[in-house]
Amino acid sequence: MSLSTFEIIGPPMVGPSSSHTAGACRIAWAARQLLGGTPEMARIGLHGSFYATGQGHGTDPAIIAGLLGFHPDDIRIKDSFAHAAREGLHFEIGEIDLGPHAHPNSVELDLRRKDVALTLRAASVGGGSIQIQQIGLFPVDIRGALETLIFWHLDASGFLARITAVLACVEINVASIRTSRFERGEHALTVMEVDGTCPADLLSVLGRMRSLERMVRLPRLPGF
Amino acid sequence: MEYQYHTASEMLALTRRHNLSVSELILAGEAELGNGDREALLTRMLDYYRRMKASVAAGLEITERSRSGLSGGDSRRLHAHSSGNRVSALGQAFERSISYGLAVLETNAAFGQIVATPTAGSAGIAPACLLTWQEARNASDETASRSLFAAAGIGKVIGYGACFSGAQGGCQAEVGSACAMAAAALCELDGGTPEEVVQAAAIALQNTLGLICDPIGGYVEAPCMMRNGLYTLHAFGAAAMALSGICSIVPFDEVVGALREIGEKMPRIYKETAEGGLAATPTGLRFRPRPRMVPPSP
Repeated sequence: MSLSTFEIIGPPMVGPSSSHTAGACRIAWAARQLLGGTPEMARIGLHGSFYATGQGHGTDPAIIAGLLGFHPDDIRIKDSFAHAAREGLHFEIGEIDLGPHAHPNSVELDLRRKDVALTLRAASVGGGSIQIQQIGLFPVDIRGALETLIFWHLDASGFLARITAVLACVEINVASIRTSRFERGEHALTVMEVDGTCPADLLSVLGRMRSLERMVRLPRLPGF
Repeated sequence: MEYQYHTASEMLALTRRHNLSVSELILAGEAELGNGDREALLTRMLDYYRRMKASVAAGLEITERSRSGLSGGDSRRLHAHSSGNRVSALGQAFERSISYGLAVLETNAAFGQIVATPTAGSAGIAPACLLTWQEARNASDETASRSLFAAAGIGKVIGYGACFSGAQGGCQAEVGSACAMAAAALCELDGGTPEEVVQAAAIALQNTLGLICDPIGGYVEAPCMMRNGLYTLHAFGAAAMALSGICSIVPFDEVVGALREIGEKMPRIYKETAEGGLAATPTGLRFRPRPRMVPPSP
């Protein structure tokens, strides 16, 4: 682990709580990127302290704001429910029990947009830092301090080699790779952190790879 | 990697080896990690510092109480008092420094814009110290903001060795860290050597050890706001002591170790749960939020 200056000084945010407000907004902002746009329907399950003390800390409007693409320092966060109504984002917020081992500030998001459905689980781990822990049924560890590429694909030999070969051609350095699958040859998820920013034409090349079902670029989270 | 470290003693060794101030070492380290060149980093920190000053100014304008009723209007009150004829024997800057710390937390409670330094609940201390320093020394935003890299340098050591979260380490992890970071920045601004900068942080941090996180009603307001005001004075005091040549008996890295140990052993009721301390007093209990209402879908 290597801490950067702007993880300590920052993020710029609206109050009142770095974990309950800024972190909550960042989780939802990341989820919106993974979905590909503003959801039409969002079911939000708040676990532990997120549910118990979230209301006084603006956790609910912060999550809705993130789903709308607002950054943690956006003064519209407190009015996000009204913006959601205008943007056609329907949502339900309730309590969820993710078990005794879940971080006290955890959330499960169940999102739908056009023909894409996405479920993810994440925690706000302090000071506005977050960790996405699960996408669908796949365990992940996404912190958002680096640009992250997420590939939904079929488990096929050579898949990672093709990606890394393309990245190598344009000298993009890979910081981490994690692939999860349940059965050989079945659906898999690959999460790759890179240094710097992937140019759009590179993404277009990657998007044409065999065995790829869907690909998303998650930029560095706002404030990183 | 030439400029990375995990402890203050490693950091000091690097400042000696490369003949750099703490701020300059951190800048070199960020550039080395690929987080931007020197100019971009300085510009970004200048932007953050101006946001911090804006959060002070916004708080000083607040006249209404917050939604919870726990804060609002106090920074303005003290700031007005600092210009009156009953100003403290310690002078106007003494009172203004406290008022600036209060102001940021009032802005925060009003869902206004702040910069978490290192957290939202401790976001008032560094801005208040730097703004007070800047006014006293008649210095530029550029000079004041650069010292935030020294603050971050000390913050990194705490982040590696302990934590910043009240839920994990109590208020000492939030206000204590902010106070140590601010003391380091002030010390460097007034010409302290890297050794003195680390001494300032050590003196400030050890004076906050044991501080529990007992937010009334669970809100980031009371006693958080008062602490953000008053701990600015600790930061100034610690910087002055370090500059005079006073040394902490226990070195900074070991103070961070103590912070971690105390945080780990601190009972859960004193770690942001609002189940102990001031939050559990008869008055504190009156501010408990009502059971949650689930908002209807629009």
